[in-house]
Amino acid sequence: MELLLAIGIGVVAAAGIYLILRPRTFQVIIGLSLLTYAVNLFIVSTGRLKLGVAPLVGEAPVTDVAAYADPVPQALVLTSIVISFSMTALFLVLLLAARGFTGTDHVDGEEGER
Amino acid sequence: MNGLAQHVIILPVLLPLIAGAAMLLLDERRRTIKTRISIGASLAIAASAVWLLAQVEDPLTPQAFVYHLADWTAPFGIVLVADRLSALMVLVTALLGAAGLTYSLSRWALLGPRFHSLYLFLLMGLCGAFLTGDLFNLYVFFEVLLASSYGLLLHASGKRRVKAGLHYVAVNLVASLFILIGVAFVYALTGTLNMADLAVRLGDLPVEQVPLLKAGAAVMGVAFLAKAGAWPLNFWLPTTYSAAAAPVAAIFAIMTKVGVYVLLRLATLMTATEGSFELFGASWLLYGGIATIVFGAFGVLSTRHLPRIAGYVTIVSSGTVLAVIGSGSEAVISAALYYLVGSTLGLGALFLLADQVTRGERLEAAAQDVGPVFSDDYETSLRNEFEGIELAEELPAGTALIAGTYLLVTVLLVGLPPISGFIAKFGILSGLLDAWIDTGPTPMAGTQTAAWFLVGLIIVSGLTTLLALIRTGIDVFWVRHEQASTMALRPSEAAAVLMLVLLAVGLSVFAGPAIGYTDATSAYLADPDVYIRAVLGGVELNPGDVAGLKELP
Repeated sequence: MELLLAIGIGVVAAAGIYLILRPRTFQVIIGLSLLTYAVNLFIVSTGRLKLGVAPLVGEAPVTDVAAYADPVPQALVLTSIVISFSMTALFLVLLLAARGFTGTDHVDGEEGER
Repeated sequence: MNGLAQHVIILPVLLPLIAGAAMLLLDERRRTIKTRISIGASLAIAASAVWLLAQVEDPLTPQAFVYHLADWTAPFGIVLVADRLSALMVLVTALLGAAGLTYSLSRWALLGPRFHSLYLFLLMGLCGAFLTGDLFNLYVFFEVLLASSYGLLLHASGKRRVKAGLHYVAVNLVASLFILIGVAFVYALTGTLNMADLAVRLGDLPVEQVPLLKAGAAVMGVAFLAKAGAWPLNFWLPTTYSAAAAPVAAIFAIMTKVGVYVLLRLATLMTATEGSFELFGASWLLYGGIATIVFGAFGVLSTRHLPRIAGYVTIVSSGTVLAVIGSGSEAVISAALYYLVGSTLGLGALFLLADQVTRGERLEAAAQDVGPVFSDDYETSLRNEFEGIELAEELPAGTALIAGTYLLVTVLLVGLPPISGFIAKFGILSGLLDAWIDTGPTPMAGTQTAAWFLVGLIIVSGLTTLLALIRTGIDVFWVRHEQASTMALRPSEAAAVLMLVLLAVGLSVFAGPAIGYTDATSAYLADPDVYIRAVLGGVELNPGDVAGLKELP
């Protein structure tokens, strides 16, 4: 499972980096989103991968910490999802404004030579 | 610090948040009350910063005050820490913010809705980033300040700002992702996000995990270097800063210093424990800083447009601080902090002055702008930024004031006597030379050569900045243009510029106490135990000690 997740994160991140380096604003925003997904998955994985265990310590005395999932990365990733989601929305507005002002979707606001 | 007094630490975060949010409810036409609220809030932050400063300076009280949010014990809850460094940075932020707000009153604040709220949210993010003692919380405050800086950069709209904003936002979004990756690395390896706890646990880290942690720290370092405007991550900076509205650019002057602050904070916390552990490679800061100064020093000569020059001077200033921190002896860090305060105030003033002298050319640019963007944008008549500016015919007092303060700011930023820039640069140079004399040629010969190079470079960068500013000064003040007479300073604008310049002059007049403070600060930074003990208090926890968890209140 670790290998699968690592390859998945790597592929998504690579696709994101490739798209960020492209000249069209739409490609950049999709690239940013992909990179965000990769980073969020990475944050979740820092809590170690576990299936079917609770992150909360109940009333019963704790004997084995390994029987629980780490709640902190789950809280962190929630925060970072919300933040990156709103930042993407803001970037989208900016992208549209730039398209309106410059008449092109090139990131520099003008067409480079082809 | 007991009772109500302990809550002062959180005021620099809470006040702008509450005031900014409350102003969102007010109609855009109620300008007077918005003005009062925002200026009042920024002055209140300054007052609480002064109070914190007095507390840490008081020999009878501890040097670091810790505020446990929601009374969760560190390292489980988030803490705010007010110590010598963070109190100083909060004070500079508040003063610069108050000056920027005052300046904006005459015109900039009217050019689009919600300016005051965004400005206060930016102050909140800055103060929070300076005060927090938790890595992830630091990321959140960074996002708060960046989100409002995106809004502020686009304030008053226009093609130039949107184009610059696109680059600025993209670069900073990627840099924020880098912070997240670094934070995740740190958490995965040490199991903590609290900076003090992290510093303790680094000692227990198994040797085979150290390279991984260094990789994570390097990723995080790249992000903070990008925020600090270090070469080669700073190509967006001059364009962005020169496109922003003047009061916004003035407060942006301290945003590069947030990156510098975080690097200094983490580097001192993590290097000084367990002796040999050099986490945020000091030599990288040194070489990166040197490259940054070179880039900035050539940059100032590459343009005659004053806002762009100010952008490049920002790069020089931030590169100088980075390189000096990287060269790392106590005396130099003290001088670097003194330099940081003086140059930040000077840069703020320079951005405001640049706004005054470039009005003529922007008169044409404004004509191309479109109509209002927001439905509650009531200042459509002011959308043309320059309508209603009085054109002064002769040499009025305003022009004389602008020219005089321009001269002072030049002297300050270049580092000529008698203003604080000179004292700071003298301190840096003599500290660098002392460090060389003390140690002599050591095995770290490469770093020593770099330190010598740095000495020369600081002087040369001063020279190129002087050339660029004088050249522009001659252009603006002595050459007779057709539109040369567009400088009519309004009272609030004059007050803001004068406030910043007087603060810089005050910093030179009271250089003794000021340097005494920064000396104590660098001595305090060299001994992170004070910080660690203040944050962690008596809580002794072994990693994975769950029994300890249960007994906590």
